[in-house]
Amino acid sequence: MPRTALIIDFGSTYTKLRAIDLDRAEVIGSGQGPSTVTTDINHGLDLALSDLKDRLGGLPTFEYRLASSSAAGGLGMVTIGLVPKLTAEAARHAALGAGAKILSNYSYELTDADVREIECLNADILLLSGGTDGGNKAVYLANAAALARSSVACPFVLAGNRSASDQVAEILKSGGKSTVTTENVMPEYLKLNIEPAREAIRKLFIEHIVHAKGIDRAADRFDEILMPTPAAVLMAATLLADGTEESKGLGPLIVLDVGGATTDVHSVCDGSPTDPSVTMLGLEEPYAKRSVEGDLGMRHAAKDIVNAVGASEFARLAEMDEGRVAALLSRCEADVDWLPETPEENSFDMALSQTAVRLSIQRHAGRQTLVQTVHGPTTVQRGKDLGRVATVIGTGGVLAHGGAPLSALSGAVRACAEAGALGPRSAKFYLDANYTLFACGLLGGREPDVALRLAKKSMDPLFEELGNGVFVG
Amino acid sequence: MSEQNKGVLVTGVIGSDTHIVGNRILSRALEDKGFKVIALGALTPSEEFVDAAIETDADAILVSSLYGQGELDCDGFRDLCVEAGIGDTLLYVGGYLVVGDRPWEETEARYKEMGFDRVFPPRTRPDDVTGVLEQDIARRRVARSAAG
Repeated sequence: MPRTALIIDFGSTYTKLRAIDLDRAEVIGSGQGPSTVTTDINHGLDLALSDLKDRLGGLPTFEYRLASSSAAGGLGMVTIGLVPKLTAEAARHAALGAGAKILSNYSYELTDADVREIECLNADILLLSGGTDGGNKAVYLANAAALARSSVACPFVLAGNRSASDQVAEILKSGGKSTVTTENVMPEYLKLNIEPAREAIRKLFIEHIVHAKGIDRAADRFDEILMPTPAAVLMAATLLADGTEESKGLGPLIVLDVGGATTDVHSVCDGSPTDPSVTMLGLEEPYAKRSVEGDLGMRHAAKDIVNAVGASEFARLAEMDEGRVAALLSRCEADVDWLPETPEENSFDMALSQTAVRLSIQRHAGRQTLVQTVHGPTTVQRGKDLGRVATVIGTGGVLAHGGAPLSALSGAVRACAEAGALGPRSAKFYLDANYTLFACGLLGGREPDVALRLAKKSMDPLFEELGNGVFVG
Repeated sequence: MSEQNKGVLVTGVIGSDTHIVGNRILSRALEDKGFKVIALGALTPSEEFVDAAIETDADAILVSSLYGQGELDCDGFRDLCVEAGIGDTLLYVGGYLVVGDRPWEETEARYKEMGFDRVFPPRTRPDDVTGVLEQDIARRRVARSAAG
């Protein structure tokens, strides 16, 4: 009997299963059921398991049963810092890296209106930061006091100025809040330190959120819910880029997930300037960075995508007139599950996905600007230079089931230069066609070598469909 | 504000100025004297001095300018601090602060008008700064704790 693992994703629409042969590092079967987290999570899991059983002709005894979840709205977080571009930004990076959906991000002292808003957002976890270690305490303390008086019921992760963290915890506890204190997200000026906060968020997720969302009703059916699904994809991206002690990774890469509501970008690379004469400015960015564009989704945010480039430009890209663009847009809005059928509809969808990819990379990447000095021009850089990235991987339903994944992904190398963004210059494109990456991320903690082999195998190279993809390597 | 150091200082060269060497020597010397220095380096916009001072709760901001455009770059610096809620931060400026041979007194007066507490001429040595800086910081801390 081969050693096998069962990997479960409790998603927002489906409960997805992957059965993996650990010796051969291969997916031996998949199963799918509806997401039933709002009623009883076991129901959807039962259906998915019986689907898997049918396909395998019986279920083996799994060595691991690991799960991730993005059900019931995923992990919704509110993040708070002091200066927008500093601790507030560091807090955002920590939450995104933990696989959270950021409901809102605040800076400086919270106003009464901010606190009312936070109460209504119903976050699963609130991340409070502010000040470098030994730095500003006043705002961190004031925000703790304002939140202690509020009706916010979720657990707090405290990741601000360590000189004030004890006092902040006291204040919040006196208001009946539960808190976890961890290291500062920005202990020194411009120094990013998000791993401890990420770990604290992950622990809270496992210990509390899973219960609050009713996912632990199926607790005896799996060993552990390890993390929110987006965190699993980021883990897989990191494993695939860096490799393991035993075998090499693919090097600097980007994983793109174009969804109905958002586009997620994961970049795993050192983003420092490729040219040593360039001066870096601003906060460090994470080596494994995740960003989520809430206005670049194929269905819920289709109109935003079109507006971002302008209707006439979009119509040209989609090779149709503006009237047809408007008509197809209304269709997207009327039915978010709509799938294109005709060549025209496919062309429309391709233009949407390519634009979403292009804009999301432009925003994810850093910028270089030329500054005139007495000694002549000098270049300064903010954010990550993705110029070293040579691999772009698409994952998620839209890219896997859409007709033209290469055209969509090629948006990653288009027009970055003209927008002043430091995107990839050229890349090889791959598709995670069977949605295996999340499973590799979950398995990576237990069997990194198997997970890496599986991840490499599940990347389908995209070479054949050229279109006008002059960048294809 | 930490108890183990004599004060938290934000240093940097303002504007489009790339003259980093003097500022680096100054920052090093101040660190050796027991200050905590957040060195922003060359090409630093005024907003970044202020953001750094907010997060680190700095006692003083030390601005260097050596390329003759300091007057433009530093204009409104105190106002920016006041707007950002750190109006009581000590502000020092030094370097080649003007182009041409304007009398030093005039230059000093001009920068004091902009809200700098101390203005240092060319050829100032780090030792000339540390003594007054320590006193100014001590005075500021007393004033702050009195203000509650």
